[in-house]
This record gives sequence, structure tokens and C-alpha cells, in this order.
Amino acid sequence: MNDESPSLAVPVNAQDHIQGLESAPVTLVEYGDYECPHCGAAYPIIKAIQKKLGPKLRFVFRNFPLTSMHPFAELAAEAAEAAGTQGKFWEMHDAIYENQESLGEEMLEELAQKLELDINRFNSDIKNRKFKEHVKKDFIGGAKSGVNGTPSLFINGERFDQNIDGQLLLDALSSAVV
Amino acid sequence: MSTALKPGTKAPDFSLPSTPDQQVSLSEFKGRNIILVFYPSDWSPVCGDQLAVYNELAEVFESYNASLIGISVDGVWCHNAFCHDRKYHMPLLADFEPKGAIAKAYGVYREKEGLSERAIFVIDGEGMIRWSYVSPMEINPGADGILKALESLTSKAA
Repeated sequence: MNDESPSLAVPVNAQDHIQGLESAPVTLVEYGDYECPHCGAAYPIIKAIQKKLGPKLRFVFRNFPLTSMHPFAELAAEAAEAAGTQGKFWEMHDAIYENQESLGEEMLEELAQKLELDINRFNSDIKNRKFKEHVKKDFIGGAKSGVNGTPSLFINGERFDQNIDGQLLLDALSSAVV
Repeated sequence: MSTALKPGTKAPDFSLPSTPDQQVSLSEFKGRNIILVFYPSDWSPVCGDQLAVYNELAEVFESYNASLIGISVDGVWCHNAFCHDRKYHMPLLADFEPKGAIAKAYGVYREKEGLSERAIFVIDGEGMIRWSYVSPMEINPGADGILKALESLTSKAA
């Protein structure tokens, strides 16, 4: 039964997009959707917390696109993964959230150009749905972990069930440091 | 304490409308696993998120030979509008007349509010309840419990 708070079913691994050191005392895993406004609101909060906690925090982003609600969420997730194979996952991740209000096919291609990706490779990866399976794997791992909407956050493997207002999250992460 | 029917209990059969001209009954799914999701009402934000997650998992549920059915006391036209708006693929049944009769049969009706609990039943192909869970009203239970239940169900069957 799920009497206890759900926990991360898939440990952080080499397939993940990771910022920070493996030796960091706290790992924050986000299951996010690029079109979700709550994820957009969480983005600068998490950025600020990363800055504050520095090397004490490791941050991992995994995909959880709710495609029936958000028509561009899957495309955006695959675009970020496509940028990732060209070494620019985080640049794309950040750029999408910073321009979330104009999310769409054109915007993603523009971002790819701005990030100086190999645009032919990027477009063909998108067209061939090269990262469809990767995104799906993230999603299923999230569902098994008890992701119940986006963003869902896990602190050292435990689901964080409070509002992602800056202070509550910072407090939870800070107390996990000790 | 929860009055929800427990694992090992035969799932009460039902036949309810999912659209103005379609009825869905439990018995027609014999041989298939069923995830029966009671939720308080269409349009409330928590239900929306909960069903949105399940909507994305249709393929995964299928791999466990399972179908998901949503059920609330809302009427068919309300379900119809809700389904279209959210682009849900699962059938939503109207436990509307007599109101909440099926929720009562499963022990998850709240008389005072006139709504069902947020409750999940995983029912096997023989119509036996194999897992049940009642979530606090305001908490979206996600899918981890369902997936665990389906996993143990299919591994026992294999």
C-alpha cells in the first residue's frame, strides 16, 4: 500500500541530465513538463536555490510531459534531448523555460539556431522522433515513483509534497544537507 | 475507518452510461484487469491532474492487460464536455441515477457531500478486487500504487 510517501523508483543514473556533483549531500530530482506553467514558475526558484546551495546540491531533470493537456510538451522534451546529444541539454532546458509563453515548433528551431546546434541533425532527430523512447522511459519511471502532476520533486529520493514556494523548498533542501 | 471494499472481495457489477447512448458494464471486461477510479467530480483541479497522468499511461496499462475506467456522480453531458476539454481517452461513467449507487456498493460514497471518495480499485479478470486504496480528498494519489498492484497481479498470473 502507499501509506508512506512515494519514493523515487529509478535511481539517478548515467542516462540522466545532472547538474552538480555526485558527492553532493542533497539530490533534487524534478519531473517536469516544458509547457506546464507551474514548472515555468518553479524554474527560477530552483535556479536561485541552486545558486544558494552551490556544491551541496545536485539537480536532475526528467521528462513528464502531460501531452493531452499540453500539445507542445512532448515536442519540447524531445527537442531538449536532441540538444542534449549535442552537449547543450541545460542550455535548451533553460531557454525553453525562459521563453515558455512562445513555446512552439518555430520557437524550438529558433532556440536550436541560437544555441548554434547542428540544425540539420537537430531537425532530423526531431522528425525521426529519436528521443521518443527516452522521454517515455522517464515518464514511466516517474509514474512508478508516484509523480502525480508537474512539477513533482524528489529530495534524496522522497517526494516533496508541499508548495514549491521558494522558502519551503529551500528549507527542505537545507535540512537535507545536514 | 474506510468502508471501501477490501482485496479478496468480489467487485459489485455495474452498468452505467459513459455517453448519452453508451452503457459500460464491468462484466463485459471479463478476462481483463480493470482499474476503477472513483473521483469526487469533473472539473475540480486535483481530479484533472490525476486523470491526466492516467491518460498518458493508457499504453502502459494495456501492457498489463488493464483498462482504466473513471467514475463520478456527474452526469453524461458533464463527462462529455470534461472529456473533450481534457482530451481524455478513458471512459468516464456517470454514477448519476440513482445518485452514487455504485460508489455506495463499493463503500466509497460520502453522504454528507453527495460525492464519492477519491478511491481506486484494481479488479482482476475474474472480477475479484485485488487492491483498493482511498486517498485523502485533496491529494492526487498518482499511479505508483496502481502500477505496483498490476505488477503483482500479472506476475502471480504468469
